[in-house]
Amino acid sequence: MLDVKDVKVDKELDVRGSFCPGPLMELIRAVKMAPVGSVIAVLSSDPGSSKDIPLWIGKAKFEYLGAFPEEGYTRFVVRKTH
Amino acid sequence: MDDKPDKMAIIVFSGTVDKLMAVSTLSTGAVAMGMEVNLFVTNWGLIAFRKGDYQQNMKISKDFEEFREPMMAAMQAKKVPSWFDTLTQAKELGELHVFACSQTMELLDIKQTDLEDIIDDTLGVAGFIDKSQDAKFTLFI
Repeated sequence: MLDVKDVKVDKELDVRGSFCPGPLMELIRAVKMAPVGSVIAVLSSDPGSSKDIPLWIGKAKFEYLGAFPEEGYTRFVVRKTH
Repeated sequence: MDDKPDKMAIIVFSGTVDKLMAVSTLSTGAVAMGMEVNLFVTNWGLIAFRKGDYQQNMKISKDFEEFREPMMAAMQAKKVPSWFDTLTQAKELGELHVFACSQTMELLDIKQTDLEDIIDDTLGVAGFIDKSQDAKFTLFI
């Protein structure tokens, strides 16, 4: 099981308080601008994100490193693989 | 991804904020999922696309009018971007095309220069049907 602490995050986005479709859009924008190979984390308090973000990562064929629940929000981590 | 993206088409008939938010949110989701989105803006929808109109549009569907005040207050308190800003971001994100209905424009004497720049072109109904005939789904909002 992958531990969130083992993953080196290159960029972290804090979009707590923003809701659907805000967190996903922020993530897409950040991934677009990031260099290939980088790991991006997004902190979202929107309950829709737990479905939307993995779905988008799958569709865009990036590597989904997981969702890590915290107090009142979740940290989603993705690697830009191409 | 496949070379030809799936398409979604929306006929934007309404000009109230609640329904325009549905249009912008669905468009964003579809664009994010790699779909091409075509909007056909007609009737009251076109009124809402006049330059600057979105900044003062506080209209909401008549059947849920009692929710106008709490909805507007919540949107302000939670800093929800306007439907127009969301739609603009969707356009930056992927393939979103917005077409103005030529019939409404003629009827209400609206020129394309009177409309927000997000409008790509003016189209007649047949032109839009042609663009949307191979859409995966079409919505009338």
